[in-house]
Amino acid sequence: MNRDEVIDFVYDEAWMLDEGRFHEWLDLWLPEAVYWMPLNWNQQDPLTETSLLYEDNFMLRLRIERLHGARTFSQKPKSRCNHVLNRPRIVELTEDSARVKTQMHYVETRLDEQQLLALTVTHDLKATPDGIRIAGKRVDLLNCDAAFRSIQLLP
Amino acid sequence: MSDPDLKTRLDHLIRPQQVHRDVYTSPEIYRLEMKHLFPNCWVYIGHDSQTPNKGDYITAQIGDQPLIMVRHNDDEIHVLYNRCPHKGTKIVIDRAGNTGKFFRCPYHAWSFKTNGCLLAIPLKKGYENTGLEDTEAAHGMAPVGAMKNYRGFVFARLAPEGIGFDEFFGDSLSSLDNMVDRSPVGRLNVAGAPLRFMHNCNWKMLVENQTDTCHPMVAHESSAGTAVKIWEEMDKPEGTPTPPAMEIIAPFMSPYEFFENMGIRTWPNGHGHTGVHHSIHSDYSAVPGYVEAMNEAYGPERAQQILGENRHNTVYFPNIMIKGPIQQLRNFIALGPDKTLVESWIFRLEGAPEELTARTAMYNRMINAPTSMVGHDDLEMYERAQEGLMADGLEWVNIQRLYEEDEDFTKEAVLNGTTERQMRNQFDAWKRFMLGGAA
Repeated sequence: MNRDEVIDFVYDEAWMLDEGRFHEWLDLWLPEAVYWMPLNWNQQDPLTETSLLYEDNFMLRLRIERLHGARTFSQKPKSRCNHVLNRPRIVELTEDSARVKTQMHYVETRLDEQQLLALTVTHDLKATPDGIRIAGKRVDLLNCDAAFRSIQLLP
Repeated sequence: MSDPDLKTRLDHLIRPQQVHRDVYTSPEIYRLEMKHLFPNCWVYIGHDSQTPNKGDYITAQIGDQPLIMVRHNDDEIHVLYNRCPHKGTKIVIDRAGNTGKFFRCPYHAWSFKTNGCLLAIPLKKGYENTGLEDTEAAHGMAPVGAMKNYRGFVFARLAPEGIGFDEFFGDSLSSLDNMVDRSPVGRLNVAGAPLRFMHNCNWKMLVENQTDTCHPMVAHESSAGTAVKIWEEMDKPEGTPTPPAMEIIAPFMSPYEFFENMGIRTWPNGHGHTGVHHSIHSDYSAVPGYVEAMNEAYGPERAQQILGENRHNTVYFPNIMIKGPIQQLRNFIALGPDKTLVESWIFRLEGAPEELTARTAMYNRMINAPTSMVGHDDLEMYERAQEGLMADGLEWVNIQRLYEEDEDFTKEAVLNGTTERQMRNQFDAWKRFMLGGAA
């Protein structure tokens, strides 16, 4: 893994979400990886406090299958999203792993509503024979403790 | 206290089996709820574990009234209006903090003891011979009409006179008792911050949904139904244990018979609960060490009695719901006729394994978060209802499922779990407390 590969990966992942290629996106994940979105600023404990999301492969798969369901009422009509990325900052880089932090603005829209979230995304990445894969992703919302309306897609 | 015009008006809005749409949409009715309903009821403020030390406080509200719950230097909890008696400035605005030995208004530095009494005014000479002592300002931060700390759960009534705590809640306190008794030492504490989820709908829709057992398999087919389908299709070895996430979500897809048989109990003054005989929480796997701790604390018979209760949702009128078996509380905070903030809190059982807290945290984020797949579809239904109720030509919301003539809400009743009697019970209480709470 080199810097360019890592940075390209982070951009490509965001593109996949924005284009709604969710099944392809799920294939980027290692089976035991977890997607975590804390509820508190600098939250350390994902298990015995509530988080906004703390989802394993099964839950992420459920999330994606549900988006395509015939009776997913809150997705009629469907939401769309858009990520704008700052240049990723590489925190650690070895031959087969990387930790990278990226500031993003995430916009999600449905009907006449649009919401903007500011994110700091931490990716833990691993090199595999099939390419780079996600070993863990933590999304810290700038306003994590605010009262939100529904956030339906994946920041 | 009762206003004859208001009584006539409410009689036109609440029928035994139907409720007029204005009850959910009218700004005038909302204003009357703020003025009459919330002040006359006992409303949940917070848990005393949120203010463990002297000077600790949280901010809260009853209806549209800003409040502070604070621990005074004698360790007692006080609930005060969050308003400087001088010019009206809110004394604190953070959700929680510690004020030390006194509150100090940030505008002119009037200061108050943590029981609200006026402590000091800068340049006090300027008030000599002006009659300050005869004004309400001299009395400091005003307390609420009445408050009660019931096993850690703090409730308050704004009105100075009115129904007592025990009479208001009566036997419905058995649900709170069961939740607290699930701790081997009979003590809960708040675990982390609450989820905060904003809904553009009337607060009563959310409260009613807590005992609506005919919607889960319909509204939540997309999440719970899909989960069951994926789990069944997965290629897993024989004897693979059901993961906690599946234990939590799959029961939402239970058939109507499951909900009919679970039963609903109603109590006087608008309280009630689903899950008399069993519930969606009945079949969770045992957590190692927990039953042993409970047996040790209570003896096997009593422990079995406590753990055998699996009440689903208990509604405490007007605006909270608790889930005893997973020690959770949801607070439906009205912010406008069509705006409600939902706070979902979880508790740790003192003296019990942390795995129980972990399961509750999982339940909370899976079901109640603004990022939850289950919550998305609930919100969608409420907001479609809020918009749909604007349709002219149809004026009534129907709540007559399993209605019986001359229902007597002054008595406890246990019925088929799909009845809408608990919603009718709430509206009976709603009307009475709008009129001052007189029976």
